[in-house]
Amino acid sequence: MAKKQGETSADEETTGHEWDGIQELNKPLPKWWLYTFYACIVWAVGYWILYPAWPLISSHTAGYLGYSQREIVAADLVQAQADKAGFRDRIAASDLETIQSDPELLNFALAGGAAAFGDNCAPCHGRGAQGASGYPNLQDDAWLWGGSLDDIHHTIQFGIRADDSETRNSQMPAFGKLGMLKPDQVSDVAEYVLSLSGNEGDEDAAERGKRSSPPIAPRATGRKAKAIALGAPNLSDELWLYGGDKATVVQTITNSRSGMMPAWHERLDPATIKELAIYVHSLGGGQ
Amino acid sequence: MAMIDVQVQHSAPMTGGNGNAPPVEAAPGVARSDVPTVSSERQSLYAGRVKVYPKEAHGRFRTIKWIVMAVTLGIYYVFPWIRWDRGPYLPDQAVLLDLPARRFYFFFLEIWPQEFYYVTGLLVLAALALFLVTSVAGRVWCGYTCPQTVWTDLMIAVERFWQGDRNQRLKLDKHPWAAETIWKKSATHISWLLIAVATGGAWVFYFADAPTLAGELVTFDAPMVAYLFIGLFTASTYVLGGIAREQVCIYMCPWPRIQGAMFDRDSLLISYRTWRGEPHGPHKAGQSWEGRGDCVDCRQCVAVCPTGIDIRNGPQLECIQCALCIDACDEIMDKVGRPRGLIAYDTVRNLDAHAENAEPLRLLRPRVILYAAAIAVVGLIMVVALSIRPVLDVNVLHDRNPLYVRLSDGGVRNGFTVKLMNKLYLPRAFKLGVEGLPGAKVDMVGHEGGVVPVPPDNIQSVRLYVTLDKQGARALAEQATTFDIVITDIASGEETAHEATFQGPPR
Repeated sequence: MAKKQGETSADEETTGHEWDGIQELNKPLPKWWLYTFYACIVWAVGYWILYPAWPLISSHTAGYLGYSQREIVAADLVQAQADKAGFRDRIAASDLETIQSDPELLNFALAGGAAAFGDNCAPCHGRGAQGASGYPNLQDDAWLWGGSLDDIHHTIQFGIRADDSETRNSQMPAFGKLGMLKPDQVSDVAEYVLSLSGNEGDEDAAERGKRSSPPIAPRATGRKAKAIALGAPNLSDELWLYGGDKATVVQTITNSRSGMMPAWHERLDPATIKELAIYVHSLGGGQ
Repeated sequence: MAMIDVQVQHSAPMTGGNGNAPPVEAAPGVARSDVPTVSSERQSLYAGRVKVYPKEAHGRFRTIKWIVMAVTLGIYYVFPWIRWDRGPYLPDQAVLLDLPARRFYFFFLEIWPQEFYYVTGLLVLAALALFLVTSVAGRVWCGYTCPQTVWTDLMIAVERFWQGDRNQRLKLDKHPWAAETIWKKSATHISWLLIAVATGGAWVFYFADAPTLAGELVTFDAPMVAYLFIGLFTASTYVLGGIAREQVCIYMCPWPRIQGAMFDRDSLLISYRTWRGEPHGPHKAGQSWEGRGDCVDCRQCVAVCPTGIDIRNGPQLECIQCALCIDACDEIMDKVGRPRGLIAYDTVRNLDAHAENAEPLRLLRPRVILYAAAIAVVGLIMVVALSIRPVLDVNVLHDRNPLYVRLSDGGVRNGFTVKLMNKLYLPRAFKLGVEGLPGAKVDMVGHEGGVVPVPPDNIQSVRLYVTLDKQGARALAEQATTFDIVITDIASGEETAHEATFQGPPR
């Protein structure tokens, strides 16, 4: 036994347990420990009665207090909605310019828009609205469908090439695929398109490409290839939705592109869409 | 699992305390108490608590302790009620921990959450001060100012008021069901509870406007959390101060274990001067003092001890160094006609030399100098940091996603979130501009004129866009260019520059 020299525990009661000659003395539990333990038992019985505790076959004992975390969450959500209701009603009732000029509403709309953007838009446009290949960067100043508040609002509401009568729609012919241009002509047109934004390339090919451009092209993109109609990109700027290298441009001319954005008015309420429009407009590119 | 009996061994020999000895008068008018001490030589870990009945002491140190008690409790109960004018926009409570607004007000100081390092500095100072005091004069904190000591002292005073001093209390406990015992004990416990409620009540006043909250508490309109904390502090004050008392110091507090490492041979500790007191024993009036010590074994030092120990056993963990035994012993020494100071603040060096002033007190020891120097350095840093603290804090966050935006004309734009923290108690307006970035254009969302108003003592967050056109972007030498965002206080014209980086495409 681990005892001080000259002392024994021979006369002390042991539990009878022994390991390698080490015996366990039968000492009482500390009083504070025992009382805490008893108190816990009493507490547990009270808890069983008052709170959901025992699992049954298909449910559980509900407890006298009827406590339910689900109901608390539901009530919290209702409460949160109610807390926001004043602002959201005002946003739903106001037009976009009014919201933008009221600092209080603007603040609320920006915060709500940022949250809604993260939930609904970020998967395609990125967390910072920086976009990706095929998904426009919403921070820059190039807008296929207009960058004013109303334009953005309309786009979010009805989408692009979505299944909706008011959706934004435009179609570029698949020049290569439909045989309107031969592959070497496609390559020349691509050289020409790239030269429009100051890229240095094969000048002869570009000149040939300019002449072989199908008559339909200037109609959409304008004589100087600056966009004149909604939905047709400005080819002379430095931004590319799908990429500004030759292979990508060739692919675009050959197969066309038709990116799609859903119509959000079916999924989000009008106030949220307004908040989103104001938020996107505030990202730096709004016109 | 083997249970190990731990024994507490004391350095000095323990004698006396024979409970069966007939009462002896140590000197004319000097009662001799047979007081069992708590830390007897062999104490099982499972021994129940031996109740301590501290006797009232009178003397220098008791007076000091009364004063310290009055001051510390006065500070605690009164501080929340002191007003401090901070203008029309802010609370006028001198000491306030405003959790909802995330501000800590202390008279002329106001701490914002991001300035919590001032509180850290304060805690560092407090710790160092504790080390310094402990290495100079032992457990002064424990003996005089620790809340546990102060409230226990108060609770014992109340107990003494209702039940009388030590002997009367012992008598009452012998008849636990006597009517006198019951009403006196009830009165004691009710008084304790009232003190405890006042303690909990004072605590919550530090977290809200005291007069308003007091009104709400009375009319039961106060927030639930206020009642909860009053309840919590009532319970802990009542249990720790009234009932548990010295057990908190002996069993719960880690500090006594640490403090042992801070004493040295030159620390002033409350000590029994063994060389003067031994051999001790009862002394009759007129007897010679030749060949014996000054200790008349009256055990008054044990009777007054709030932790129930015998200081004559030498330094021990249980001793909170409250100095009451000095008072008790001095009183006896006066009565028996021996010089005071048989128990006194003394150093181990002097005790070993068997003389009161064998060596001059060495205050300038390495550890004392080190602690004092550390306090000076930390204190200086705090004072300087507080005095040069700006009244406008600027926080600039560069957008991370994306780092930069290319524009259709070949220009590059960077987005920033600028937080302006107005630490004045007045509304202010600021103009934001850019320096060190030729050709940069600045836009702000929602602040068309480029003017940002910030409410008093508040934060305003602004989205700031810095744009360079194609030429400007081409002219940048590096992918990341350092420049300054300049914030101008429109009223005073004071300018604050904050460094930021402009990110461009890789080159």
